[in-house]
Parts: sequence; C-alpha cells; structure tokens
Amino acid sequence: MKALRNYLDKIKPHFQKGGRFEVFHSTFDAFETFLFVPNTVTTKGSHIRDSLDLKRTMSIVIIALMPAMLFGMWNVGYQHALSIGASWSFLETFWYGFLKVLPLIVVSYGVGLSIEFAFAQSRGHEVNEGFLVSGLLIPLIMPVDVPLWMLAIAVAFAVIIGKEVFGGTGYNVFNPALLARAFLFFAYPSHMSGDKVWIAGLTQGQGVVDGFSGATPLAKAAAYQIDQMPSVYDMFMGFIPGSVGETSTLAILIGAAILIITGIGSWKIMVSVFGGGLAAGLLFNAFAVNPYMEIPAWQHLIMGGFAFGAVFMATDPVSASQTEKGKWMYGFLVGFLALLVRVLNPAYPEGMMLAILLMNAFAPLIDYYVVEANIRRRMKRAKKVANV
Amino acid sequence: MSKPIKIKRGLNIPLKGSAEKVLVRLDKAETYGVKPTDFPGLVPKLNVAVGDKVRAGSPLFHDKYRPNIVFSSPVSGEVVDVRRGERRVILEVVVKADSGEVAYEDFGSSSPQMLTRDEVVAKLLKAGAWPYIKQRPFGIIANPADSPKSIFISCFDTSPLAPDLDFAVQGEEESFQAGVDVLRKLTPGKVHLGLSADFPPAKAFANAKGVEQHYFTGPHPAGNVGVHIHHIDPINKGEVVWVVNPLDVIIIGRLFLKGIYDATRVIALAGSEVLKPRYYKLISGASIESIIKDNVNTQNQVRIISGNALTGTRVDKLGYLGYYDNMVTVIPEGNKYEFFGWIAPGVNKHSASSAFLSKLIPGKRFTLDTNMHGGHRAMVVTGQYEKVMPMDLYPMQLIKAILANDIDRMEQLGIYEVVEEDMALCEYVCPSKTEVQAILRKGIEIMIKELS
Repeated sequence: MKALRNYLDKIKPHFQKGGRFEVFHSTFDAFETFLFVPNTVTTKGSHIRDSLDLKRTMSIVIIALMPAMLFGMWNVGYQHALSIGASWSFLETFWYGFLKVLPLIVVSYGVGLSIEFAFAQSRGHEVNEGFLVSGLLIPLIMPVDVPLWMLAIAVAFAVIIGKEVFGGTGYNVFNPALLARAFLFFAYPSHMSGDKVWIAGLTQGQGVVDGFSGATPLAKAAAYQIDQMPSVYDMFMGFIPGSVGETSTLAILIGAAILIITGIGSWKIMVSVFGGGLAAGLLFNAFAVNPYMEIPAWQHLIMGGFAFGAVFMATDPVSASQTEKGKWMYGFLVGFLALLVRVLNPAYPEGMMLAILLMNAFAPLIDYYVVEANIRRRMKRAKKVANV
Repeated sequence: MSKPIKIKRGLNIPLKGSAEKVLVRLDKAETYGVKPTDFPGLVPKLNVAVGDKVRAGSPLFHDKYRPNIVFSSPVSGEVVDVRRGERRVILEVVVKADSGEVAYEDFGSSSPQMLTRDEVVAKLLKAGAWPYIKQRPFGIIANPADSPKSIFISCFDTSPLAPDLDFAVQGEEESFQAGVDVLRKLTPGKVHLGLSADFPPAKAFANAKGVEQHYFTGPHPAGNVGVHIHHIDPINKGEVVWVVNPLDVIIIGRLFLKGIYDATRVIALAGSEVLKPRYYKLISGASIESIIKDNVNTQNQVRIISGNALTGTRVDKLGYLGYYDNMVTVIPEGNKYEFFGWIAPGVNKHSASSAFLSKLIPGKRFTLDTNMHGGHRAMVVTGQYEKVMPMDLYPMQLIKAILANDIDRMEQLGIYEVVEEDMALCEYVCPSKTEVQAILRKGIEIMIKELS
C-alpha cells in the first residue's frame, strides 16, 4: 500500500500540467482516485464532509446489480441447455452463461469508458463514475446473442449522443443505458426482438428440441397464448427467456432491497412505478376485451423488464424527476405507460423501455410544476401579508 | 408551554469531544483581534493607527458606506498591528491588552424604556454594539434605518458540538432581560425567542418578559434562527427581520445596565483533538492561543475552527475568536490518502446515508477530519438536500439558479429565507462535494447588488 502510494507520488508529476503525459491527466486521476481516496481537504464552507461520494454511490448500485447479473449468467446457460435438450450441472450452466455474458460486459465497459475518459480529458474534468453503472446496465438489458459490434455502436451512441453532447454525467436528459437499447431496437429490430434472440445459440441455428420455443412471456401474451405462458413461479424466479439480467424478479428485488436500505435508490420511484403498473393492470382487467388484458394485474410486474426497469432504470437520479413530489408522479406514469404500451400496442412487446424514455423527457416538466407550486405558495404568503 | 414545532428533516452530526459543563474563567489574553472578515460585504475604514491607545468600547474601524456603524475594541490597550491580506484587505486589527483591569469607555447607563428608539439606536451604534444585530435576508449587519417586522433570538444551538446556551447564560438573567428590552424598542413587531422543547430552558430564557417564546424539537438545524423565522414569521420579498445571538443580547444588555461595552461571553472549546473540552468565560476577540493553550493534541495536524465544524471559520493558533462565535472546534486535518477508502465498510465513517456499516451502531460518536472524502462532481444524486432542509423550499433548484445567475429565479425560490448556516448540512451531505455555502453567499451578494 505504502509502496504503491510512493510509486504513484513519484509518477504523478508526469501527469500534471507541464508533465510528459499531461494528455493522460484524467486517466491517471481516475486510476489514482480508484486506488486511494484523495487527500484533498475542505477549504471553504463546511469543514467536515459526509463520507459518501459518487464513487461509493455508484459502487453500491453495482453491488445491487450483482444478483441480477449472476442469475442472468446462469439463466443464459440454463435456457441454452433447455433449447438443445442437454442437462448440465450447475457449474456447467453458469460457466456457459458466464462466457456468453462476459464479452458483452467487456465491450460495454471498454467502449464506454474510452469515450468517457477522452471527453473528461478534453474538458479537463475528472472522470465521472456514472458510466460504471451504465456500463453494467447495458449488457443486462440486451438479448444475449446481440452481436458485439452492434453493442459497441449502441454504447458509443448512448455515451456520445445521450450524455456527452449534453455535458456529461449529471446533465443528460435520457437514461444512457436505455438509450443504447432503444438505439438497437429501432436500428436493428431483427436482432432485438422475435423468438430467437433471447436464447444463446438460437440465432446461429443451433439444434432446437422439438416443441421448444424461445419466445418470452411477453411475446406469448401478446400473441394471446396465455395458456403457454410460464408459471408464475418460473417468472418470479426468472427461469424464462429474456434479456440477460431482467428475468429474475427475485434477484432484482434483492438489488432493490440493497438500494433502499442504503438510501441510494429512490424507494418512492420504485414503489410508484409498481403502483402505476398495478393501476393500469387493474384497469385492463376491469375493461378486458382480449386475453392479454385479462392477465392478473400483478403478473405484469414480474413479466419482461418491468421490475428491472422500476428498480434500476427509472431510479436513475439524473434522468428521473428531481423533486420528491415529482418522483411519485414520474414513477406512477412510468408504470402506467409501460403497461399501456405493452398491452395495447402489439408492435412493442416491451413497454418499459419506451415508458421510461418518454417519462425522462417529461420529468423536467413534472419538476417544473412542482417547483412552480412552491413558488406560488411563497407568492401567496407574501400577498396575504401585503393585504393585511 | 405551547405545542412545540416539530422539525422533521435535518441531521445531527455526532462528533466526539463535546464540552464538559465546567466553566473556566480565562485570564486576560495577551492580544485581542477584531476581524472585518467576520462581516460579509463589509468595507472597513480604520479609525485607529498602530500605536494608538484604546479603551474597551473605542472604535477601531467603521463601515465605509455606513460610517455610523463602528466596531469597537473589546479591551483597553494599544493597537499593535493591522494585518492585511491580498490587495491590502484588512484582515485583523490587533489590540495588545493592558495589564490589570480593563478600562472602559463610559456610555452612561440608562434604562431602554426611558429612551426613544433613536436614542437606543444611537447608543448601540456609538458603543460598537450595533454589529451584533444582523438582518435577514442576507445575514449581514442590520441597517439602522430599517424597521424590522420582528426580531428573533434562537436560544439553543443544534450544530455539531454546539455549546449549551442554557449553561452559557447562567447568572446573566438581568443583562439578558435588559438586552431584550433594548430589542423591543427596535421593532414595532414582536421579539421571538426560539427554545428547545427537549430540555428545560435556562431561567434567562424561560422567564424573559415582553417576548414570545416558541418551542422547537428535532435534529439540526432545528436551532437555526432561520428555521425559526421560516416557521413563525417567514420573510417575504421586501421584508426585514433582525436576529441576535443570545450571548450578544447579554452584551447589549450590559451596555444599557452599566454603560460599558463589556464583550465578556462564555464559549465552548470542543472537538476530538481537545484534551479537556470545556467552557471558558472570556472576552470576545481573544487570541486562539490563549484559549487552546496546552489543551490540544499535538500528535496530529489539527484544524482550529472559530465556530462550529459546519459553518465556522478556519483560524490558526495566532488568530482570534470570531465576532459572533460562541465556540472553538478543533478537529484533525484529513490530508491523507486512504487505500480503497470508497469501498471500505466504514465502521468509523459518518454519513447521512446508510451506505456505511457505522449506521448499525446507534449512539456512536465520530472523529471526523477535514477530508473531502471524494472528488468534486456534477450534481447527480437528488433528494439528498431536501432530507436535511426543514424549510418549504427547493435547495438544489436554488443552488442551480444561483449558478445560472438567474436573479428572478433565486428570488422566487426563496433566497431571502436562507443564509449559509441554513444550507450547511446540504453541503455536508452532498455526494458531489458541491460548495453549497460559497455558492449561496455568491447568490446573496448578487441579490444585494441587484437590490441596491
């Protein structure tokens, strides 16, 4: 530790202004602060500061994503084994999925962080930790068989157009991870939907057992094949085809618990998204005219990417509503719209992505009205005094 | 006792080293200093030169733009130094105290009830006691020409390691009442006392006459006078409220009872690096050296703060106690690296969030140092500020309005209702390490300029 510190102190001057490697200043800084919390002290304002910083905030989100990621890896192997009719041991299953998912993560981080570092350097900023989360979220919301080059383009699009053009982390309007998915969804729809993309190997035409279908519960529901849908237990546990990390509601709920207990994720948004979804579901139940609308409202919450979106996507503090009252409205509308898109629009089996992106666009409007209400209260108070 | 007002949002920062209730009467310090930097926005003009003899109550300098506001020497002696900073800004006027008793200027004792308002104001101005009266909005010295709609005195302090004001005012009941009588002359409205509902208040506060007592309970900033104003008589555009610290009310009271400017007060010396944290009775402006003497841990590098750890001013051993400060805090400097500190479980780390193991140890007290615990980032996390802001306003939106230099917005979002201390906790909890207090002061300066 001490030796490492000494070594860093020795090479640090080369990366500072006037040094040989000044170009890599931000890069050096990112690695240094990764290894050591810097020794900067307070100079003005409060002399003491909370121990929480963005690095820890983001790390906790990553920890919260771990159950979903690990389960996703196992499920990739499990679904593949089902599709080829093999019976694999737990380790074999996990290892297969691990090898499938790891490249996605590597590409996502590689491409995204390179761009982040380059922008931080050109702006003279420190590298923001925001992409550490986005970089893991992106692979988890992709079909496992997405070609790596496509993933790379999507990540680049999300980081550059979704974030950096606005000024970087903290200034973006849309959730970058969802933007990456939306980009692929509209640019390469054949690779992002259908019955084959969700299970590793199917698109390459690897052997399929008779009667096996790789369709997700959402696809089956949209096709009114309600009787063919997996059991509630399977959907809740996540033994179903789907994007890498989104299938297991249980794993996602463990992540949600971590986020809520540490206070990092907004429980208000999570609760209100589920509330909004439930409300829409009940409404459909009440006016059901087709089998999809008859699905019990609560079942929607464990299908597709609903839970994952509610816990990890809608709660992104930058693109969500920024006022506490706004968060309730924002979350509710995300949940409500997700079901609306899902059930009423057959072209988009997964409504969560579009619902969140749409509400990202409206979040500032919600905040505007919440803050205006506060301003009006203040004006009213002033008027009351003036009239006395 | 009326029903206490419950403050729900806020945060108590449990620091180690709170002062034991032992009162030490401090010998006179060798030197005393009055610092123009204690008064935001002040442009000082000197009344004295090095070598001049002064008494307690003799003016040292005055406000260039409001020349009737003077700042007096707290002791009798000789002006030995005028310390200047960049661009010859006056930092400190230093007075070397005489040996023996303090010689006071005589301003004549008089009962405030017998004087007109103008006479009261004139006396306060002349003796240099006026600067103890601050105004809201903006937290600057009150304008003698204004007529405030009310005057607020917060009689308890909830900031980290704050002194127990009930203890600090013991035996000063008469002076406090006299000070209150003076303040009652100054406003056509009421004089409000903010009291803690958690402990029986000192006699001086509970038995004060001619005031309205309000009780508050809850975490810091429940003791901030800004919070009291917000809940009792909020400031609207164009309105002015005056505020005075209770220890300063006593100094004002003495001026009328005895006719002298006697800036004696009780302060707390506290913090994890203080060997024996306790209370001291001393004269305002005393040198820090005389206060901390051998009472500070010399093993570590320390930071000495005149005031509390959230809002105080950094001073060194050769510095002086701030004009309004009722405590000195000594905490360790945090200029060390921490290996993978951002992922450590953090048993000894304090946080408003629950992201550290320390949350599981209830009642734990912490040794906090001055480390930033992270780099400056753009604002990312939301809702953090609101949790520690017990007023009906949007702190992050206000800070952003200031950063955008949007004057209308600042006004609409309530900049008149806050000063730095009210948003100090926002700065403490900010994971992006935003300099909230400095930004707010900048906004206030913009507003002052705009309105003048």
